[in-house]
Amino acid sequence: MFTPFFLDLKRAGIPVSLREYLGLLEGMQAGVADYSVEDFYYFARSALVKDERHLDRFDRVFATFFEGIEQIDLGMEGEIPEEWLRKMAELHLSEEEKREIEALGGWEKLMETLKQRLEEQKGRHQGGNKWIGTAGKSPYGAYGYNPEGVRIGQDGNRNFRAVKVWDKREYRNFDDTVEIGTRNIKVALRKLRQFARQGNPDELDLEGTIRGTAENAGLLDIKMRPERHNAVKVLLLLDVGGSMDGHVRAVEELFSAARAEFKHLDFYYFHNCPYEGLWKDNRRRRVEQIPTWEMIHTYGPDYKLIFVGDASMSPYEILYPGGSVEHWNEEAGSVWMERLLGKFQKALWINPIPEPRWGWSESIDALKEIMDGRMVPLTLEGLERGIKILQRGQV
Amino acid sequence: MMSAGVNGGRRFSSTDSYVATRDLEVAVNAAVTLQRPLLIKGEPGTGKTVLAHEIAAALGHPLIEWHVKSTTKAQQGLYEYDAVSRLRDSQLGDSRVEDVRNYIKKGKLWEAFTADAGCVLLIDEIDKADIEFPNDLLLELDRMEFHVYETGERVKAVNRPVVVITSNNEKELPDAFLRRCFFHYIKFPDAETMADIVQVHYPDIKKRLLSEALSVFFEVREAQGLKKKPSTSELLDWLKLLVAEDLDPEALRSKDSTNAVPPLYGALLKNEQDVHLFERLAFLARRQRNQ
Repeated sequence: MFTPFFLDLKRAGIPVSLREYLGLLEGMQAGVADYSVEDFYYFARSALVKDERHLDRFDRVFATFFEGIEQIDLGMEGEIPEEWLRKMAELHLSEEEKREIEALGGWEKLMETLKQRLEEQKGRHQGGNKWIGTAGKSPYGAYGYNPEGVRIGQDGNRNFRAVKVWDKREYRNFDDTVEIGTRNIKVALRKLRQFARQGNPDELDLEGTIRGTAENAGLLDIKMRPERHNAVKVLLLLDVGGSMDGHVRAVEELFSAARAEFKHLDFYYFHNCPYEGLWKDNRRRRVEQIPTWEMIHTYGPDYKLIFVGDASMSPYEILYPGGSVEHWNEEAGSVWMERLLGKFQKALWINPIPEPRWGWSESIDALKEIMDGRMVPLTLEGLERGIKILQRGQV
Repeated sequence: MMSAGVNGGRRFSSTDSYVATRDLEVAVNAAVTLQRPLLIKGEPGTGKTVLAHEIAAALGHPLIEWHVKSTTKAQQGLYEYDAVSRLRDSQLGDSRVEDVRNYIKKGKLWEAFTADAGCVLLIDEIDKADIEFPNDLLLELDRMEFHVYETGERVKAVNRPVVVITSNNEKELPDAFLRRCFFHYIKFPDAETMADIVQVHYPDIKKRLLSEALSVFFEVREAQGLKKKPSTSELLDWLKLLVAEDLDPEALRSKDSTNAVPPLYGALLKNEQDVHLFERLAFLARRQRNQ
């Protein structure tokens, strides 16, 4: 009888399995919840949700399901629903049409009108020339074409022509739910765990002892070996927003794979290039920035530093003070990169863009040079290479 | 009631020494009834470990505690084979050497499985161990049995113990493991529950002192940017000090006194930076008020 509820949970991205569902039914049969809705809620929660990150989602699904409201909106409040902008059609315009819709007005006007439209508009919209939606000729929305278009929450820099990314609240706070399909990356990351035995010899090497004793003609020869432990400490710096949108998915996978693998793992977000501030929570990135200096001082040099980003930006964003697209940076991105690399000798840049295409971008070249060539693509092979680089500290 | 049976119909609920919210009660009773391990997470100091003691007391079972460290192996929970002793004894010609059983040391799981009338097994801070640790215990916790290779013996639980597992989120736990557990996240208590908790620990605390102390406490917790927010256990320590000092409630309220941080703050703020930060915030707040 709870099957639709179970399916709703699954749809909402909570990792529930049949086993948990059967556990729920078993509990109902055993009378755990005593026919009180509140108790049922508590019981269902403890039986089906195994991670506090999913509690909120569970609450929303529960509320919706048991009040019979149709729609489950898991998006953040005020966020443009992703589904709404889903890839439905693509628009390829002729040169003539492109001319036809040349610039509706200045930049300021564009942003202003967009805000108005956002307020006016209630439903999903596709096509047409005025409303925000997909595949239209309106300058607002994704997958459309307008020379001065504003891009809103899409999963690819379709034409690489948007004047400005309107993605402020769209930075996804990598909810590491994409566990499925990450097995292959996990395999590679597992190699990162240094099983290199280190530390004091405190474990009896039974085989070695037997061999040693036998060689010693039966006189006891105890062999000890260092305790095996996982000593890898990792700092993950993730690029969010802007030209990264197309790669967010791939990075999410890597991220969710990485979380389970290390002794110490901490992560920070940046946009395009690290500057004087990093942040840990995307929704609050504007309020809660952590000074990069503080981050540098917090972690020891034994941490391995891994950047994940497409490194695709204007070269100014790396090389000149004030080059950042988001704020005025007093010091150039390259200065901050050098500082980070100075502290953390073992570093790696993982770039989701396929390696053959790296040559086309000036900024990738620049960052690769700063990284001393320690840049690998987001493939199994690339990761394997990257792990070797991390262990040696150089290419 | 259907939940009667293995545990004699005893149920877990708040006691005069522990305040359990309704959701916690349901989760614990479900885990006990359905004989599944109960995974408890929550901010440090919200009473995760104490919970196991309380469950044991409520069910009238003994508690077996297994504190996990970063070097703990799953095997140690089952048994350990002391090969070194045996090897040494054989060199010395000790007759004990003939029986391998003399060198098998029972682990906590073994102890729990063979307990006479059921027991509560606490696996504390499971996230401290290697990430394979929970995986290595999957089958043992599921079937409540394991095999001793050295003696060919099969150890099977007579009465399935109630298993309580705590985690501080230092590592992710594997999905297969999670699927077998019930889960409860202990929320940080709200002011009301907190007052209940304090009442349980210090029944004769002056009402006014308590309400002042609680408001100071939640104020400290709300200060942005603290490295370590004070938890329930720290509040209780602090109250103990306040009571011992027989402090006047007025001293807590006089926010515009020269002393910006609460008295005896050492129990609440455990870190020099936090004390500085709090002093600064308090200073700012005072200046605003004086304007």
